[in-house]
Formats: sequence, C-alpha cells, structure tokens
Amino acid sequence: MTAILDVQGLKTSFSTPEGAVRAVNDVSFAIAAGETLGIVGESGSGKSQIFMSIMGLLAKNGRAEGSVRFKGQEILNIRVAELNKIRGVKMSMIFQDPMTSLNPYLTVKRQMTEVLETHRGMSEDAALAAAIEMLDIVQIPEATRRVHMYPHEFSGGMRQRVMIAMALLCEPELLIADEPTTALDVTVQAQILDLLGKLKRETGMAIALITHDLGVIAGLADRVMVMYAGEVAERANSGPLFRAPQHPYTQGLLRSMPRMDEVRANRLQTIGGQPPNLQRLPQGCTFRDRCVYAFDRCAAERPALRPIQDDRSKACHLEAL
Amino acid sequence: MSAAPLLSVQDLKVHFDVSRRGLFGGPAAVVKAVDGVTFDLRPGETLGLVGESGCGKSTLGRAVLRLLPATAGRVVWLGEDLHALHHAEMQEKRRHMQIIFQDPLASLNPRMTVGQIIAEPLTTFNPGLSGAQVKERVRQMMAKVGLLPNQINRYPHEFSGGQCQRIGIARAMINSPRMIVCDEPVSALDVSIQAQIVNLLMDLQAEMGMSLIFISHNLAIVRHISHRVMVLYLGKVMEIADRDSIYANPLHPYTQALNSAIPIPDPDLERQKDRIVLKGDLPSPLNPPSGCPFRTRCPRATEICAQVMPDLLPAGPSHQVACHHAGPRAD
Repeated sequence: MTAILDVQGLKTSFSTPEGAVRAVNDVSFAIAAGETLGIVGESGSGKSQIFMSIMGLLAKNGRAEGSVRFKGQEILNIRVAELNKIRGVKMSMIFQDPMTSLNPYLTVKRQMTEVLETHRGMSEDAALAAAIEMLDIVQIPEATRRVHMYPHEFSGGMRQRVMIAMALLCEPELLIADEPTTALDVTVQAQILDLLGKLKRETGMAIALITHDLGVIAGLADRVMVMYAGEVAERANSGPLFRAPQHPYTQGLLRSMPRMDEVRANRLQTIGGQPPNLQRLPQGCTFRDRCVYAFDRCAAERPALRPIQDDRSKACHLEAL
Repeated sequence: MSAAPLLSVQDLKVHFDVSRRGLFGGPAAVVKAVDGVTFDLRPGETLGLVGESGCGKSTLGRAVLRLLPATAGRVVWLGEDLHALHHAEMQEKRRHMQIIFQDPLASLNPRMTVGQIIAEPLTTFNPGLSGAQVKERVRQMMAKVGLLPNQINRYPHEFSGGQCQRIGIARAMINSPRMIVCDEPVSALDVSIQAQIVNLLMDLQAEMGMSLIFISHNLAIVRHISHRVMVLYLGKVMEIADRDSIYANPLHPYTQALNSAIPIPDPDLERQKDRIVLKGDLPSPLNPPSGCPFRTRCPRATEICAQVMPDLLPAGPSHQVACHHAGPRAD
C-alpha cells in the first residue's frame, strides 16, 4: 500500500511570553490509502496540533518544521493558494464542536455549494443537487428541505452530520476527524461512529481519527498511534495494541477506563500524577514521573521510538511489558 | 439496605416558563425539565443519574438542593420538606448538603486562594473558629484529597484540571456533609485523571459515609461508583434499579440502547457487538411526544405508547421500570 500522507520529523512549537511550548516533538508516521489511523492522547499530547500543522491551521504564534507529503507532494508551509488545492478537496477535516465550525450566518446550502462551485466549477443547480445527495448519504432526513436551513436549526448530532457531509463533498482521499463525537451524547455518538464505519467501507477513503477515548477507535481503527507530551509513545495495529499494550502509558490508559464488558472491580487502576508541563519538559523519558516501571536509564536518556515487532514500535527503554 | 432514607423525593416537578412575552404576547411555552420524579436516597448510598443532555439530570440535582424552585412535589430531607422551609432554616440545612460541578476551574473564584476557597463553607457555618483552627482544618482536608498542604496560598489557575476538581471536592467535604450532588464531576477531565477522582470520591465516602447523587452521561463510570442507578429521559424516570440489575438485566429499551452504545476498548468485541442504534435525536423538550416520551426513538413502540405514559412499576426487588413493553433484549 502506498502512503497517502507521509509525515517525517514534524516539530510544532508555539512562542509564548513564558517561552516556547513544544506541542509536537519530532513525530513521523504515514497513513496508507484506505487505512484508518487512530490517534489517541490526552489534552496537551499534541494529537490535534499534528493535524492543525498539516492543514496550515496553526495559531499565529505557532511554527511547524519537518516534512509532510500528501501523495508525494510536500505540503508543509507551502503557499496558501497551493495548499487550498489540497485541503478541503483531497484532504478534509471535521472538528469536535460542529456549531463553532459552521458559519451561523449562512444556510447549509450556501456553505456546501460554495466548495463545489469554487473547487469543481459546478453550476449552482448541480452543486445544490450534489449537496442534497451528500446530506442523504450522511442520513439527514428530509435533506431537500433541510439544506435551506441554518446551522442553529439542527441538533448537535445533525450538525456533525452536516460537517461530515461538507467534508465529503469533494470526495477527499483523507478525512481527518478531530474528536468528532466528544461533544455528542452516547446514543448519537453510536450513530456517528456507525456512519464513519459505513463511509470507510463504501468510499475507501483514509481516515485519521483523533480522540481521547480508546473505546471510540476500537471499532474503527486499523492502526493506532498513542501520543504523550508531544511524542509518539506507541504505534501498533489495533488488535495487538488493545490486547497487549507494550508502552506503560498505553497500558495505564486502558486499565484506568472502567469497562462495561468486564466484572466491576472495586478500585479503578490509575496513572498517578499528571502530564508534564510542555514548557519545561524533563530530561529523559517524559512519562517517567508517572511510570510504575521507571528505572535509572529513564531519567538519563529519552527513549527513541524503536521497532519492537512487525508493524509495531514504542518509545520505552523496557524490553517487554 | 433498609435504613430510613436521608432524602425522599416525591413526584418532583421543575417546569420552566419560556414563553416569549413581546408587546403582543406570544405563545405560552413550558419546558418540563423534571416531570414527576420520585426516589429515595439512603445514608451512605450512591445513586447514579444517567441520561442524555437535556434529560433533566442537572436540573433534578439542583432542585434537590433547592438551588432551583420546585413547581410541584416534595423534597423531604430527614422528614422535612426542603422547599417549604424558610430561607434561614434552609441555610442551616445547607451545611449538610454540597455540590461539585463539572468545570473545575470555572467553579472556583479566580481571585481567592485555595485556602480561602476551601475555608469558605467552614467559616460560614462555624464563625467562631479562630484563623489558626480554620487553617489547620483546611490543611487536613487538602491532604485528604491529595493536594499538598503547602499550596494553600496558591490561586486556582496554578493548578491543573484534576487538581482543581480536588479543590472543589475539598470545599464540598470540609463540613463533613451528609449528601453531595456530583454534577458530571469527571466529564471535563482526561481519562487518566478521571480514575483518580472516582477513586478519591469512593475513598472519601467509605471514610465519611456521605450519600452521593452522581450525575454523569458516562455509564461505565456510573456503574463503577453507584449502588443504584436511575435512568432519565425528557424529565421522566424510565428505569431505576440497583447497579447489577440495571447493567446485567436492563428492562427498558432506552436503558438497553444506552448500555449498548458505550464503546468497548477491544477491537474484536467492538466489531462483533450487536449495538442498538437509536434513530434520531432527543425530541425538543418544548414539544415532547405524547404518551411515553421515548416512543419516537423506541424500537418497541406501539399505539398505546403514544396515548398513555406508562407508570413506574416494580419489576423485581429494588427494580422499577416505566415501559408498556418492558423486558429483556429480544436477541
């Protein structure tokens, strides 16, 4: 399989009055055509900033270095006019809060047809027909009527469907979904996850699914990348990662979630402490203060991401877990 | 458990008038956020309150504490109806009941030090305590919730979300209350921190014996912490049962759908799972469906569901369900 997105040595930092914040620290990965990659991490792990860097959406004080190739073409820090030929067209992104990412002043029709008229040169009528068809695909009832409505007239789940429909209009080869279900109720989350699974099977597009909830990606992701403090902690195929995590942080995350399918334990296992301050990252392993397995070497030397088995790597000095 | 209830909520209704009153008047509109809820809370018990946003769980939590007025019904606290008390009498009761909020930072005054925040309920109800005594109690409480007592003079913004939630818990616990309403206390926290806070609440309950009303949309966490669970939908109780019954043997189709919607962090199970996916969204609370409010999304709905709201009826020992077609999942 060829990589549709190839990220090498991505570093993203933000300059602040208190000094530089290193949000993404030398991250490399690839997404193959048709593959779903789950990116998991807690707040501040850098999981969203990777894709904000790729999409050219960093805040003004942000700076990204490294290389990002989309189907072979370098797209990191290229001119906006060039980037606009790719983002929203071949590569689309949806966000956590659909209300703040839709324009409240414009009808759904106007927001959807604009993309098609600009990028595809469609006529207004053809664009409207395409927009309605796409709303049908994401299972919005009465799409012909609803396309003329404003975002506030939709419920949270419906807005997220509208966002997904907009992202799919130009038939992207890669959909980046940043916490697409976090703001939704569980029953609506189940609907959206079902929809993403159906789109994945039927369109064959690649999906980057960013989330803090390991449960959300379990049903969808082919591969999983676990982020901690701006670095990749572990990367593996979905099955092995969930069955036998090899990084202490992945293991801790999985154990600290109470599970509906298991006998209830009296105490939850926890990861002690809290994530490090990105402005003052410690020497050595960034997870060592919270790690129950930490030993001398972890304080002295930051573990590099290294292959441990086929298709699997981790950034940890421990041989096995 | 057969002890006398600490709290007995009887047919409680909290309605909000949301009519638009312009120059020419407007249509009358009422949101029935809580509509006839009845339950008991026993000493030392944790009652989980689950449901989707807009189901009335936070409104119920606030009405129980009389932070919102009741439209009808009674909230009986050790034999006295809280909503019938005079302001001063209610104030005296408040030392025994506290609340913890979802957004830990927003619920702390940014201009007060941690020590002042935690001390406030203590000095309110014990004005005679000396400064040194207050400080000593605050330090003890900070240590108990896992904060470093030498951080007593810091401000909330210097703490992480999980630590701010510990400050909120310390503030709620300092008067050793008999009941705490926890309104989504871990929803804003990272997964690894959620578990710390849940364990802390359970440890404090084991030590101090208070009752908890634990409001959350996360059913897995509710299952972990609760003794009994109540499921709400558009202001009405759908099902209430002890923890094991509601998870192992849910009888209401809504509870079954909620249970099956929780993703399991295991790719094999998650992909094989027979998930009940409900159609559509929660109906507008301004214009709820006739009869049973869940019928528009219910896979078992029939004609009678549109006509009659089912009563909450016993379905086993400490298990009640409100459904015309209550029963285990068909498969």
